[in-house]
Amino acid sequence: MSGVRVLVGTRKGAFILTADGTRRDWAISGPHFGGWEMYHVNGSPADPDRLYASQSSGWFGQLMQRSDDGGKTWEPVGNEFTYEGEVGDHLWFDGTPRPWEFKRIWHLEPSPEDPDIVYAGVEDAAIFRTVDGGRSWQELPGLRTHESAPRWQPGAGGMCLHTIIQDPVNRDRMFIAISAAGVFRTDDSGKTWQPINRGLRSGQIPDPDAEVGHCVHRIAMHPSRPQVLFMQKHWDVMRTDDAGASWHKISGDLPTDFGFPIVVHAHEPETIYVVPITSDSEHYPPEGKLRVYRSRTGGNEWEPLTAGLPQANCYVDVLRDAMAVDTLDPCGIYFGTTGGQVYGSADGGDTWAPIVRDLPAVLSVEVQVLP
Amino acid sequence: MIRIVLPAHLKTLAKVNGEVRLEMPGPVTQRMVLDALEARYPMLRGTMRDHHTGQRRAFVRFYACEEDLSNESPDTPLPSRVAAGEEPFLVIGAMAGG
Repeated sequence: MSGVRVLVGTRKGAFILTADGTRRDWAISGPHFGGWEMYHVNGSPADPDRLYASQSSGWFGQLMQRSDDGGKTWEPVGNEFTYEGEVGDHLWFDGTPRPWEFKRIWHLEPSPEDPDIVYAGVEDAAIFRTVDGGRSWQELPGLRTHESAPRWQPGAGGMCLHTIIQDPVNRDRMFIAISAAGVFRTDDSGKTWQPINRGLRSGQIPDPDAEVGHCVHRIAMHPSRPQVLFMQKHWDVMRTDDAGASWHKISGDLPTDFGFPIVVHAHEPETIYVVPITSDSEHYPPEGKLRVYRSRTGGNEWEPLTAGLPQANCYVDVLRDAMAVDTLDPCGIYFGTTGGQVYGSADGGDTWAPIVRDLPAVLSVEVQVLP
Repeated sequence: MIRIVLPAHLKTLAKVNGEVRLEMPGPVTQRMVLDALEARYPMLRGTMRDHHTGQRRAFVRFYACEEDLSNESPDTPLPSRVAAGEEPFLVIGAMAGG
């Protein structure tokens, strides 16, 4: 029977949760890299035993770890991230220019075909790539040197490149998202980029048609329809049907459309999930009830999923990289909270159960299906 | 011989127990010690000093002989008792929240 491996990054280490295909009984391994901030742990689709982990701390900076045996053992690999060429300025919170400065890796996105190729999303915002299994990393500087970059500004969490989506059909195309610049697309394998934020409306910026400056929290795609992207913005849940040429709002009847993660069901491209959060100043669920909302209609019509989730006195948050889906049937959905719980559903969200309850604050969740 | 004591996280990273001992003849400087340490344990590169500027990371300190040498020039000779292996060179993760 196939199994699943859930990769959890937390404020104080990484954890690996494994189960067979029933997804009922779980084994917990960790903490790996105890005491370190693990922003992201992700596996190669081409070789599930090849894992990469972003390890960092305020004391000792950024490290990168690689495993070739599914997380049993790890090896530190290259941790030198050098911006290419002249490092320009972006806008600081007070409107003054400030030079780009490397802080950490937020997100790792391995190539679907080659376990040695991985893209890394960086704070301050840039995209890097390794083609040698993490030993060395090179920037794709066309993004950071885009003409709009001097106008990019950090969000409250830093000026982070947090989402990387590789188009499964058009291999030269890739989408990335930056808080708080917006979404960008390349059609030439990362040489040049264009902002694709038309239709986004952000009350925090005065120009309703601003090309950049949008606090995009997450974007998601179903691999069978690479023209369709879903977005959880700072406020607003959005959708594009033309690969980002235009976006429209699909918040519909959500109780609040502030939130961080958004994912798409593995087998139903019109079924999407969000976790509504009260507001940008109250980062916890409305009414203390932890509810995942599911739309089976590609947005606008949403239903709360509550079975097995706390419906009183729950004031955790779910961060942007902390939700994932597996490809089993029925589709499994997983998310981690800032309270250290990781919840799983083996039936597409109808019912939930905690896999583990008392981890450090969860920063990221990924899931692999194992043969 | 130089004796170096690493903070717990860097010991784990470098897979060392106890002190690190490096054979280094003659007068030594902070830079020479850190260069030799990173050459022996390449995974420590970037954790104590910035990759590009070589500057000490903000929350890393260097102590020896009950003195804070963090802000000394990296090319100042270390105390003779450190060079003689009588006192260790301490790499410290500064106290800070978290």
